[in-house]
Amino acid sequence: MSKLADYDGPILEIDKLSISFFTRLREIPAVMDFSVSVMPGEAVGLVGESGCGKSTVALGVMQDLGKNGRIVGGTIKFKGRDLSEMSAEELRDIRGNEIAMIYQEPMASLNPAMKIGKQLMEVPMIHEGVSKEEAYARALEVVTDVRLPDPERMLNSYPHQLSGGQQQRIVIAMALMSKPALLILDEPTTALDVTVEAAVVELVKDLGKKYGTSMLFISHNLGLVLETCDRLCVMYSGEAVERGSIHDVFDEMQHPYTQALFRSIPLPGADKNSRPLIAIPGNFPLPHERPPGCNFGPRCDYFEEGRCDAQDIPMFTVPGNDRHHTRCLKFQEIDWSAPVTMADTKEKAEIGQTVLKIDNLKKYYEVAANALFGGGHKKVVKANETLSFEAHESETLAIVGESGCGKSTFAKVLMGLETATDGQILLDNRNIEQVPIEERDAKTVGEVQMVFQNPFDTLNPSMTVGRQIIRALEIFGVGNSEAERRQRMLELLDLVKLPRAFADRMPRQLSGGQKQRVGIARAFAGDARIVVADEPVSALDVSVQAAVTDLLMEIQREKKTTLLFISHDLSIVRYLSDRVMVMYLGHVVELGTTDQVFSPPYHPYTEALLSAVPIADTSVEKQHIVLEGDIPSAMNPPPGCPFQTRCRWKSQVPGDLCEREVPPSRRVAEGHQIKCHLSEEILKSMEPVIKIAAE
Amino acid sequence: MEPLSWTGSIAFLNPVLAIALAGLILSILAWILINIATTEGPVIVNPDGTLKSAAGPRGLAQTALRFTFLASVLLALAYIVLGVFLGSNAGIVGAISQQFLPVWVSLIIVFAMSVAFKRRLGLYGKLFDSPVGMIGFGLVMFWVFTGIFGALDLIVTHDPLVQVSGMKNKVPGTPLPNLDESQYAWYLLGGDNLARDVFSRMVKGAWIVVQIAPLATLFAFMVGITLGLPAGYYGGRLDTLLSFLANLILAFPVILLFYLLVTPEIIATGVPNYMAAVLFVFPIIFVGVLLNSRYYTRPNFRTPLLIGVLGVAIWLYLSLISTGGYVINTKDYAIWGLPTFMDLFDVPGGILVVFVSVVFVNSPTVFRIVRGLAMDIKTRDYVAAAQTRGEGPWYIMLWEILPNARGPLIVDFCLRIGYTTILLGTLGFFGLGLPPESPDWGSTINEGRKLLSIYLHPALPPALALLSLVLGLNLLADGLREESLKD
Amino acid sequence: MGLFILRRFGVMLLTALCLTFVVFFLTNLYPNLEKLAKTQGNQRMSDEQVETWLENRGYRQPMLVKYGQWLGVMPGFTNTLDDGQFVGTCARPGVAPEDTPKFCGVLQGEWGYSTVFKDDVGGIVSKRLGNTGYLMFWVLVLMVPSALIVGILAGMREGSVLDRSLSTFSIITTATPEYVSGVIFIAIFTSSTVGLKWFKGTATQAMDNPTFENFFLPVLTIALYGMGYIARMTRASMTEVMTAQYIRTARLKGVSFPTIVMKHALRNALIAPFTVIMLQFPWLLNGVVIVETLFNYKGFGWALVQAAGNNDIQLLLAISVVSVFVVLLTQLISDIGYVYLNPRIRIS
Repeated sequence: MSKLADYDGPILEIDKLSISFFTRLREIPAVMDFSVSVMPGEAVGLVGESGCGKSTVALGVMQDLGKNGRIVGGTIKFKGRDLSEMSAEELRDIRGNEIAMIYQEPMASLNPAMKIGKQLMEVPMIHEGVSKEEAYARALEVVTDVRLPDPERMLNSYPHQLSGGQQQRIVIAMALMSKPALLILDEPTTALDVTVEAAVVELVKDLGKKYGTSMLFISHNLGLVLETCDRLCVMYSGEAVERGSIHDVFDEMQHPYTQALFRSIPLPGADKNSRPLIAIPGNFPLPHERPPGCNFGPRCDYFEEGRCDAQDIPMFTVPGNDRHHTRCLKFQEIDWSAPVTMADTKEKAEIGQTVLKIDNLKKYYEVAANALFGGGHKKVVKANETLSFEAHESETLAIVGESGCGKSTFAKVLMGLETATDGQILLDNRNIEQVPIEERDAKTVGEVQMVFQNPFDTLNPSMTVGRQIIRALEIFGVGNSEAERRQRMLELLDLVKLPRAFADRMPRQLSGGQKQRVGIARAFAGDARIVVADEPVSALDVSVQAAVTDLLMEIQREKKTTLLFISHDLSIVRYLSDRVMVMYLGHVVELGTTDQVFSPPYHPYTEALLSAVPIADTSVEKQHIVLEGDIPSAMNPPPGCPFQTRCRWKSQVPGDLCEREVPPSRRVAEGHQIKCHLSEEILKSMEPVIKIAAE
Repeated sequence: MEPLSWTGSIAFLNPVLAIALAGLILSILAWILINIATTEGPVIVNPDGTLKSAAGPRGLAQTALRFTFLASVLLALAYIVLGVFLGSNAGIVGAISQQFLPVWVSLIIVFAMSVAFKRRLGLYGKLFDSPVGMIGFGLVMFWVFTGIFGALDLIVTHDPLVQVSGMKNKVPGTPLPNLDESQYAWYLLGGDNLARDVFSRMVKGAWIVVQIAPLATLFAFMVGITLGLPAGYYGGRLDTLLSFLANLILAFPVILLFYLLVTPEIIATGVPNYMAAVLFVFPIIFVGVLLNSRYYTRPNFRTPLLIGVLGVAIWLYLSLISTGGYVINTKDYAIWGLPTFMDLFDVPGGILVVFVSVVFVNSPTVFRIVRGLAMDIKTRDYVAAAQTRGEGPWYIMLWEILPNARGPLIVDFCLRIGYTTILLGTLGFFGLGLPPESPDWGSTINEGRKLLSIYLHPALPPALALLSLVLGLNLLADGLREESLKD
Repeated sequence: MGLFILRRFGVMLLTALCLTFVVFFLTNLYPNLEKLAKTQGNQRMSDEQVETWLENRGYRQPMLVKYGQWLGVMPGFTNTLDDGQFVGTCARPGVAPEDTPKFCGVLQGEWGYSTVFKDDVGGIVSKRLGNTGYLMFWVLVLMVPSALIVGILAGMREGSVLDRSLSTFSIITTATPEYVSGVIFIAIFTSSTVGLKWFKGTATQAMDNPTFENFFLPVLTIALYGMGYIARMTRASMTEVMTAQYIRTARLKGVSFPTIVMKHALRNALIAPFTVIMLQFPWLLNGVVIVETLFNYKGFGWALVQAAGNNDIQLLLAISVVSVFVVLLTQLISDIGYVYLNPRIRIS
């Protein structure tokens, strides 16, 4: 099958597209009046919070909306041909051949019972009718192109034998098998670790250039879009609200939502005390409860009654730039360069005395080497290796690391769900490392509490919100009667700024951010002094993240809580923490104050991590450091330094020291320690990864 | 008295019904064929935002199906309504439908109430959104009411155990010879080979099923839950041991177990009594742990509550397992139980052994389901949250895990009642446990099958009754599953 | 893998030991022995006579000793009665006391002597098993492919007309136990009242000369009940697979619908039902007993009913050993097959 004839107009032209889903009760519009065009070789980003309709656009392009979805207006033209007028046969020719798609979950998008080679070879065999041998040669070539080691072995394995990063590379290879004209990427890196994400993004960019493919890049992460795309389109509640080049939208934004979005994400320079984030008030409207007029109206600072909610708002072209559009009536009246009206800056809280002291903590697990067949030998997994640090009153200590670094294990040992293998945990100079939770007294349990990551999982779905908080109060021995506890529960709801009426609601009636607030209220039920927050905002939308983060900070300030903030997101860590601890495969590789960790000298891993985090600021210059390979499994760590397999500085260390010995923890400055073999001089010569260009 | 014909004075409806049914079958076939042959037609969007299939062969087939279905249902209703008023004038159908009057009234009340308040009734209310669930619920409730009213002697026409001479193997609608005043004039569904009334036996048989099946399933669930939760939650050695035991029972062919366990000789040894004594402890443990784990933080509320609830539970337990003052009473030895004056009820040995074996056979499967669910739910963050605030394991199992496993468990409960019904029928079919003259469906089918090639009427009514009850339970489970997934 | 199978065999043996002991225990309870004595000896025996009768034939030894003798790890019981008759666990009519072996348990290949059939248990069981094996073969041939096809067709397009009609069909068959469907079939197809007379109402002749006429109804009766269950499982598994993301990947790769079903969905969708089919065997055994009784087909199930009805201890034990082994073997096959079908477990 040949490709459609050469064509030099836009590859993809979406014009006034509207998509609705139909249920028994009503029509639910998912996308309304959406237009975008992608030129050959161009990468266009589609940005928005979850539920804004960005993935629906992608499926609309693929004409794969399922039984209930329908295109109810507008056209999608691919190389000048209307996709909705094509027959099923024609569509099948285009799918995978001319338009390819890459999805969020690499594991789920590969067939578990089919060898990778077969899945790849299928594409040219269907579309070009090539022979098996040729298809195999093609697959081998593409797998080499996506920089996978040992391509032949890769082709001969099943998906579950590869790591997440490798699987995503295979999915990319599959998409590129037929050299498509358009590649749609739907949150391609969300399920991956930061350093792996950086490598995949780099790869996509390079291959896009090499194959001359146009891209439609869907993401919720503005920083990623900045790194990958030429133009972008911001979506809100089913509509495109602003469209333009990266420069137009990032630096000369013309829509209040875009502005609010940028103000609510932690960029370098934001600080929890002097320059706090500004959360977007209110909630994302549900698809069938959209307000009249401007969808963003109820949450907008510039809202004008009788005008913004009077009629449907069309897309306006920004004068002087015919490729920059905005869906705002007042965009010419708003002073876009006006300085942010500061939310009141806050006093920096005084850091008090040591509350928690961890000394040489070790946690090893014994795991059967082969779970199913139950082999005789056991393996020791070293989840935490010699952890030592202190945490003080009113301090935020961030624990940073990717999957398998041992941060969750540490949280479990601290909470008493597991006991330590060796070393000690001192809470107010009492040893608690060997005291499992059932032996701890109510006071100790209440003092050390936890906030969980997934808001949809943190509350028991079959108990009212109030009941769950009251239960925590009962267990912590707060209050003498039901009435007293109910009163205390209402106060806790006040503390997390939820209306008291929520006490009698079921968790399913709450939004993600509200659930997370209930989780925080529950953690503070026993007047917690140490709160472990395990990625408390990573599953929330950007605009909600800021509000929940601020709430945590505010409660901390008020209650002088010690906050152990576990996260992989360095932007937010930089914004709110006082000190940072970087972990890799169970080891603490770097520990210091926030400023020390974010500026050289770095541990090589910290350096790579900093470079990998996408930053949504055009004035930031980053060094590009791409780590080779994946994070080794904690079951099977490399000998010597845990990071030696991926370290770019390894050659600077004489001999094979890195492969033989675990480096000692060295003090490089007051309160700043690094676990590395690199010499003083080399560490000193390191350049800062993030530079803010002089304005 | 004249013998009754099937439809009597409403026979004029028969050709109409025949046409409607033929139409229904034809349109079902046409509907399936057309749907396989043609692809989906264009869909029209209504102004109110709903979707409608366009006309064409598909739409036509669907309309035809709907009308013939409605016509058949209406006709069936007409038979029932006319029957209620005309009674035996409308033949056997009329007489039977008149006998079932209390059932019809109860069904109408239940459905009217449920549909009126369905938004406030949670999952049960949602059942009335699903046609499949409604049909299933209707069938199940029909037999439940039949069982209850049958036990109150409202529906039955004759004593199910009494033999009337001259009625042996007589066809449906045969009038009784030597009729006396108080007797019902006909054997509506004929007589069996011992000259007993088939209709009354079928109705009485419903009561046996309605009594035993749900209760036995409930006990099996108590046992399965009490053991399955810790196995799934703790894992490790406990899980290995319990799973091994469960697999042991599952590997035992059910029929062999029944043949070994449900015999008069085994009843005489007291083995079923031991098993009953063990199995029936589980509900008490379950309730006790449930309440204690929830209220132990408030001792002055918990202690009286536990004393009250457990006191009653233990009394019931002792009443259940002791008969005539003994828990076990064999030839060689006896174990004292509750004295007779405190004993609330006695369970005959035959029933007890049937009950115990059915619970015993069902609980390992429930155990496996609960264990799987517990293993899945224990990884949730709210379980971790409960652990980090120092909750005891039983609180977590019973109040954090169990309520969130209720969806699949309720569905399985319905299916399992159906399965238990089938098991009871199997026992009856082999003449195990229940007394031979018992009117339960399994025994009746067994007696009827011997002369099946000549007389159909004694075996078919109980067979169809069992089929419709189990089908109802299956449909009910399907409806529940569908509706609970919609959240 | 080898180690895994070895371990499974170990568990299997342990299970079989436990189960046979349970059967042994239940059949050797005193009231059962008493019944045996009366049926074998004399219905009007007094309690003392029963006691002596049992005593003389070794039935009153401790339970474990008897179990050991049955297993063949303990020497068999022997006794010469007052009237000079030689009795014992190993004694057979027509075999001289000198020639009677010392051990005669399962380990020696001796399954004992049936008191009902007056014959060697081994011979009876193998003969009956042959009959039932033939029946089961045709049941599986009919049941498995049709159940899988029904399930896959129904699950291919969830909510379609085909799905709804096939699902209704499978629900009805799961709600119809063998003794109901069998009765209905016999009533419709064989009775003189309805008059169709397409099939024979008994399968007695089928043991020697199976024909479609006398053999199809029993096969259909067993197959239908199991079929609905397997079909529903297959459908559930298939609908789940069809909504999986890799199916969407395949669709958006341009793979046609038939190829998606055959190449991408089928293998993944068959993993769950495979286990179900294998675990279905204990229930099939149920059906076999019912159907053999209903159609008077003298197979394994029929022998079970005879043995259990007359407390024929040795025969009952042999039957339970065989059925337990069938169940455990199918479990083993199901495990191995699961591992084979699911590469995620096979290579790890």
